[in-house]
Amino acid sequence: MHSDRASLGLKIAAIAGLLFLHLPILLIFVYAFTTEDTSYQWPPPGLTLRWFAVTWNRPDVWEALSLSIRVAAISTAIALLLGTLCAAAVARSRFFGRETVSLLVILPIALPGVITGISLRSAFNLAEIPFSFWTIVMGHATFCVVVVYNNAVARFRRTSGSLIEASMDLGATYFQTFRLVILPNIATALLAGGMLAFALSFDEVIVTTFTSGQQQTLPIWMLEELVRPRQRPVTNVVAMVVVLVTFLPILGAYYLTRGTDTVAGQGK
Amino acid sequence: MSLPMRLSDALWRRPRVLLLLLLVPPLLWLGIVYLGSLFALLAQSFFSIDEFSGLINYEFTLRTYGELFRAANLDIILRTLVIAAAVTIAAAVIAFPIAFYAARYARGRWKALFYLGIMLPLWSSYLVKVYAWKLILAREGILNWLLETLHLDWLLAAYLSLPVLGGNSLSVSWTGTFLVFLYVWLPFMILPIQAALERIPPSMLEAAGDLGADRGQTLRYVILPLALPGIVAGSIFTFSLTLGDYIIPQIIGTSARMIGQAVYQFQGTAGNIPLAAAFAVVPIVIMGIYLTVARRLGAFDAL
Repeated sequence: MHSDRASLGLKIAAIAGLLFLHLPILLIFVYAFTTEDTSYQWPPPGLTLRWFAVTWNRPDVWEALSLSIRVAAISTAIALLLGTLCAAAVARSRFFGRETVSLLVILPIALPGVITGISLRSAFNLAEIPFSFWTIVMGHATFCVVVVYNNAVARFRRTSGSLIEASMDLGATYFQTFRLVILPNIATALLAGGMLAFALSFDEVIVTTFTSGQQQTLPIWMLEELVRPRQRPVTNVVAMVVVLVTFLPILGAYYLTRGTDTVAGQGK
Repeated sequence: MSLPMRLSDALWRRPRVLLLLLLVPPLLWLGIVYLGSLFALLAQSFFSIDEFSGLINYEFTLRTYGELFRAANLDIILRTLVIAAAVTIAAAVIAFPIAFYAARYARGRWKALFYLGIMLPLWSSYLVKVYAWKLILAREGILNWLLETLHLDWLLAAYLSLPVLGGNSLSVSWTGTFLVFLYVWLPFMILPIQAALERIPPSMLEAAGDLGADRGQTLRYVILPLALPGIVAGSIFTFSLTLGDYIIPQIIGTSARMIGQAVYQFQGTAGNIPLAAAFAVVPIVIMGIYLTVARRLGAFDAL
């Protein structure tokens, strides 16, 4: 490269690309305030805060939100446990089948969600497990493991093994070493992975349509509204709130892993 | 000695046992819940459905796979492949400048801005993104308004009259489906390309310049070949995600189905689990071939 300055064409292409990524999301914010309630008319004929009150008083939205949060919390907890164990094993030692283990962890998000969904559904049918809160959690935890795993494995690789040896030379047991040496070292990576897993579960719709039975998570509620729009203004408000709510864990995860060599959440 | 200490000592002497203890819970979960279900599904693809009673006939047969080659089903597979390929190519073209700028020129505050500018759309709600495009492409929506304000609505009308690509409106055309797929999966293409570009040592670019290559030649002969694993890694995501999606074409697009929709409908309304299972095998096989080729091209190192 002759100079350290980007050419004009590259600048324009890069900025146009970023705008393409962001403008549609910003549009949602405008629609949440529109007075129009039967069509997607642009520009909005007027602006109002009325739909926020209407949405606030909708029990179905609250129920869906509450279910989504509970599912995401439990799935994240399971994913944190399984992902950390798996990362500890893969990062710290070489063993036969190590590649297969990492492949197995990645597989649930590498294969299309519709396959994971239909597999779980037919397995639940075969095992005669009725659909419930727990069948949703089983699906979500399965594909959330990889997010925790990715973050944890990167941090384990950077954590020096001699720290652990030193701790044990000084007489600490494995349990003390884990609590006092390993955990403080990997805590922020786990927190970041946990936040991303939460965001992933909170937003998941494809697998959930197969594992949820009658219950509605927030994305399932939105899907219903997308296929058969009934309450456009309420949907607009919910969409805006969902965007704002998912931004928080992403920003949090970014600040927690900033400055480390691996990017959190890469390969969602 | 206390119990934790004795346990700890025992594990120290036998690291293999510790390894086993670490691996058993995740492997049990993924092995039973995930692989178990996956094999249960695959097994069903070798059954068939009785055309008169509609019940599943539990005898080994390849007939269900044969049905995939019926003209209507073959159409679904080919259509999905074409869309997935188009989305992947378009995503690579749009993603490259963004990744290139973010990797080579953005510094400090701009670097953080670019990073978040890619991560936020990647992680924001899939359905909200699809919904945003429903708003954009709607007949009374912003795109039509923009074109009318610019007096370019004749252009859209001309485009919509094209066969295959057009339709009654953009929200029920293949162009609409393509745009939404492109939008939703684009960040998955940017990140691996950016990672690959960041790994190119600046000295190589200087060497190319010293040897007399201009910008275009450096790009063509040095940067692109080194970025290729990143592009292939990104294409794994865009291709696989498009292959299996059934929600986007259902909300924005024509009535012609894609593989994901076929799987969904055969297992749901049609109750034909064996055919749904056989259809589900198609993306697995395609991605298997794709991943084998990608591995040869070194894409896994760029993930």
